[in-house]
Amino acid sequence: MCLAIPGKIIELDAQNANLAVVDVVGVRRKVDLGLLQDDSPVPGDWVLIHVGFALSKISEADAADQMRTLTMLGEAEAAMQEVRGYGLEHEEPESPGPKVEQ
Amino acid sequence: MKYVDEFRAPELIAKAGEEIRKLADSGKHYRIMEVCGGHTHAIYRFGLKDLLPSNVELIHGPGCPVCVLPMGRIDDGLSLAGDDNFIFAAFGDMMRVPGTHGSPLEYKARGMDVRIVYSPADALKLARNHPEKHVMFFAIGFETTAPSTALTLKRAKAEGLRNFSVFCNHVTIIPAIRAILDSPDMRIDGFVGPGHVSTVIGCRPYHWIASDEGKPVVVSGFEPLDILQSIVMLLRQLRKNEARVENQYKRVVPWEGNKAALRVMEEVFELRPYFEWRGLGFISQSALKIRPEYAEWDSEQRFTVPGVRVTDPKAAQCREVLKGVLKPAQCKLFGRECTPEQPVGALMVSSEGSCAAYYNYQHLKPVTIANAAF
Repeated sequence: MCLAIPGKIIELDAQNANLAVVDVVGVRRKVDLGLLQDDSPVPGDWVLIHVGFALSKISEADAADQMRTLTMLGEAEAAMQEVRGYGLEHEEPESPGPKVEQ
Repeated sequence: MKYVDEFRAPELIAKAGEEIRKLADSGKHYRIMEVCGGHTHAIYRFGLKDLLPSNVELIHGPGCPVCVLPMGRIDDGLSLAGDDNFIFAAFGDMMRVPGTHGSPLEYKARGMDVRIVYSPADALKLARNHPEKHVMFFAIGFETTAPSTALTLKRAKAEGLRNFSVFCNHVTIIPAIRAILDSPDMRIDGFVGPGHVSTVIGCRPYHWIASDEGKPVVVSGFEPLDILQSIVMLLRQLRKNEARVENQYKRVVPWEGNKAALRVMEEVFELRPYFEWRGLGFISQSALKIRPEYAEWDSEQRFTVPGVRVTDPKAAQCREVLKGVLKPAQCKLFGRECTPEQPVGALMVSSEGSCAAYYNYQHLKPVTIANAAF
């Protein structure tokens, strides 16, 4: 759970300055930018995301590296499941079904 | 952006392996600890152990938050959330971790309202959506995760959302390293420092390990080449009798860390006088608790916590494995009573636990992995 997920900032939320839409391999979700307030990202920037919060700004090449690492570790699917699960503006989190792990 | 590539730079990996063999003095035995569970997972997944000479041994550290959480904390959390007015929210990693009377998932099967969330912010959202219920977020994690919980608590307070609280189990990595170095049965020559924890705390907090303890630390990325390069950097220092903190993962880890994240942690959390770690016992100032200013959002200050203490199943040797005294397969229960499907000890539950990593990948050889993955 210490692995972070790379994503690209698509747009900042007009209503809530703390939130932005990120794209992670085609999946778009809102993440919280509050931990990057000293160096706020703008659309087009790449960030590492951890549990729904952008944790650091990275380069596009590093984002590609990180996604490759997740894939090599067999964690890419779990990472995508995590991203799809971010529910800041979507359906509320579901109760766990019979299969909860990756 | 390309997402899947070939195993990056196989020739560089071979070169790093060669360099390690050259640097390792054949008359010495090197014990290098990778602190972070993500690294443990990567080391097994990529079969990196097989690329190292027999006198360079990797010891798996305490950096898997699920694994070091004592069972009593799970019991405490579940007992608090026991009545119908509660929703127990936690990350998926927690769901199969056994408490004395079952895992959160088993409590769910018995009718308790248990939800998986992927972000503490989603637990807060649950509270917004269910004003008639109290949502307790069971928080775990090192400094990678703690700032997100802290910020969520700030948001809850700012909104005045009173049906939300956090059962805080956040731990800090530095005191755990100190406990390991203080432990008489441990001899470690150097550390592969955690990657994403260091994104938050930076590299400075490791300085004492080099300056006071004389052990080199190299903060490392997670790719096979990153980890091997970090071992090369450690061996170079050891060859020259040096002990410094180096940053192999500069592309992601700033030397100073993330100051905004550290500020929000400081604002919301304070250090607990002591906290129990599975396998390591009580370690002073090794965990975070919620400051009194946020008492209303702290499950432990708001409700009565039973304070359960549970000794681990006697036959399981999690303690020895966690301290690196035993290898996973040397535990009496490994692969028989204790498997990832039916874990007895927490090291088997999380993919970052050394037992689960060993169990899942022990049959793979590096070449097979390189071919199979791509």
